[in-house]
Amino acid sequence: MKKDHYILGIETSCDETAASIVKNGTEIISSIVSSQIQQQKKFGGVVPEIASRLHVEQITLVIQEALNEAKLVPSDLVAVTVTEGPGLVGALLIGINAAKAFAFANQLPLIGVHHIAGHVYANQLIHEMEFPLLALIVSGGHTELVVMKSHGSFELIGETRDDAAGEAYDKVARVLGLPYPGGPQVDQLALMSDEGIDFPRAWLEKDSYDFSFSGLKSAVINYKHNMEQKGGKINHAHVAAGFQQSVVEVLTVKTVKAAREYDVKQVIAAGGVAANQGLRKSLTAALEKEGIPFYVPPISLCTDNAAMIAAAGYEMWKSGVRNDSSMNGRPGMPLKSWN
Amino acid sequence: MIWLGIDTANSPLSVAIVKDDVLLIEESSMMKINHSLRAMPAVEEACRKADITPSEIDAIAVSEGPGSYTGVRIGVTIAKTLAWTLDKPLYGVSSLKALAFNGQLFNGLICSVIDARRSNVYAGVYRAKGTDLVSVLEDQHCPVAQLLEKLKECKEAVLFVGEDVKLYESIIREHLGKQAYIAPFALNVPRASSAILLAQSANQPEIVHTFTPQYKRITEAEANLMKKGSSYE
Repeated sequence: MKKDHYILGIETSCDETAASIVKNGTEIISSIVSSQIQQQKKFGGVVPEIASRLHVEQITLVIQEALNEAKLVPSDLVAVTVTEGPGLVGALLIGINAAKAFAFANQLPLIGVHHIAGHVYANQLIHEMEFPLLALIVSGGHTELVVMKSHGSFELIGETRDDAAGEAYDKVARVLGLPYPGGPQVDQLALMSDEGIDFPRAWLEKDSYDFSFSGLKSAVINYKHNMEQKGGKINHAHVAAGFQQSVVEVLTVKTVKAAREYDVKQVIAAGGVAANQGLRKSLTAALEKEGIPFYVPPISLCTDNAAMIAAAGYEMWKSGVRNDSSMNGRPGMPLKSWN
Repeated sequence: MIWLGIDTANSPLSVAIVKDDVLLIEESSMMKINHSLRAMPAVEEACRKADITPSEIDAIAVSEGPGSYTGVRIGVTIAKTLAWTLDKPLYGVSSLKALAFNGQLFNGLICSVIDARRSNVYAGVYRAKGTDLVSVLEDQHCPVAQLLEKLKECKEAVLFVGEDVKLYESIIREHLGKQAYIAPFALNVPRASSAILLAQSANQPEIVHTFTPQYKRITEAEANLMKKGSSYE
C-alpha cells in the first residue's frame, strides 16, 4: 500500500493566520483560518504592525487546531511548508519563525512557498492540474497570467502595469463609501444592477497580455466628481456595475485569447478576486464557448489560506526543494519555477 | 534540567543553554544582522555544539521585550512554538531586567536603557537582591529627560547599562552628574543566560498560546485612532 504523505502548511503573509494539513497534495484534512478583518476594520485597511501583533497571538493556537482537527501528531508529517513571500515582511516573519521552530523541534524538512504558487495550487485541491494550463491570478496585490507546462514551472505572460485588480476594487469601494474590505461589496452591488455606467477598458498594445487598472479607477473618481459638481446624484449600483463590467471584460478577453494561443488543456483562476461572482460567471461562459475546461476553487480557497501553501509545498517537497533555518521573509519575492 | 534561553529583543542576539546550573554554551552577537537570518540557526547550532536534541530541552526562557517590535516577535515566536510543540514550560523575562542583570554586582540602582528614538527610551530601574533583581521603577517607554528627573530624586548612585546609553551620555551627565555611572562595553551585551537565571526565580510559567511580547507601547495606528476619539477599545 502506498504511504500517505501529510504536509503542514502555514500562512501569515497578510491579515489571516492560517494552518492546514493536506494529504498527498490534493486532500484537505484540516484548514484553520483566523482572520483579522474584525480588528483591522476600524483602521480602514490592514495596519502591518497590528497584523504582526495579532499573528503572534494566534500562531501556535492555529497550528495546534490544524493538528487536532486532523487527529495527527507532528511525527505523522513529512514536511513543514510556509509562505516565504511576497507579503508584509513583519507578518511573514511570524509564520516563518514558527515554521522553523516547529520543523527543528520535530526534525522535519522546511520548505518556503511563494504565496502566488500557493493560490495557483489551491486548484490542485479541487481538480487535478493538467498541463499546459493557464492560470489567471487576481488578488489585492496581483493580476497575472501564468502559463504552466508542468508542475513547478511558471511562465509569466502578462501582469498589471499599475494597480492590481483587487486594489482597484478596494479603491472604488472607498470612493463609493463602502466599508473595508470593499472588493466583495462592489461585487454585490454590481450584481444588483443590469445597467452600468460606460467606463473605459484598457486593452494596451494589441498583442499584450498586460493589464492596467489605474485609468479605470481615475475614470470612476472623475465620474463621481463631475456628477457632484453638477449637483446630480450618482447611482452606486450603476457605478459598481460599470466598473465591474470593465474589469471583468478585460480579464476575460485576455484570458481567453491566451488560452487559445498557448493551446492549454485547462484554465484556472486563483487569488482573492477569483471569488468575485461577476468574474466567475463571465470566465465560465466564455471558456465554455471555447470548449476549454475552467476551474476555480470555492471561495474559502480563493482567499488566503494555508491548505494552498501545503498543496504547493507538497509538489516542492516531491521535487526535493528544501530550505534551511536561515530563511527570511521576502516581501517582494518573484515567482520562480522550481522544476 | 536543561534550559534554552533566547534574546532577540533588540539588535543584539543571544542564545544560551544551561544544564544543571552550568552554562554549557552562549552565543552573543552585537552585530546588526536580521534576526530571522540568525536566530533559529543560532539555536540549532547551540544545541548541536552542546550535543542536545530538541526533545531534551526541559524549559525555555525568552526575552519578552520591550525593544524592537520585529526583533522581540522573532524570539517570542520561536520560543513559544518550541515550548508548545515540545510541551515544555515557557518563561518570559523582561529584556530590560535581563540587561540590567549585567550590573548585578553594582552597589546602587541599575538602569537599563534601550533607545526608542526621538529622545525616548525604554528603561527599567532595578536593584540587586541575591541572584534576582527587584524592580525600583517599572519598565516603561518615556522621554529620557523624564527618566533622569525621577532618578535624580532617588539620590542614589545609578549604573546605566546598555549599548544605547552612549546616545544619551551627555544628557545623563548633565542631569545626574556624579550620581551616574556608565557601564563599560563588556556589560552592555544582553545575555540569554541572564534570562535563564531570572526565569528560574519566576513563580509561574507563561500560558504558551496566549503569550505575547511586552511592547510597552501601542501602535501608531491605535494612537491616531484614539486621538480622533474613535471608539477604540
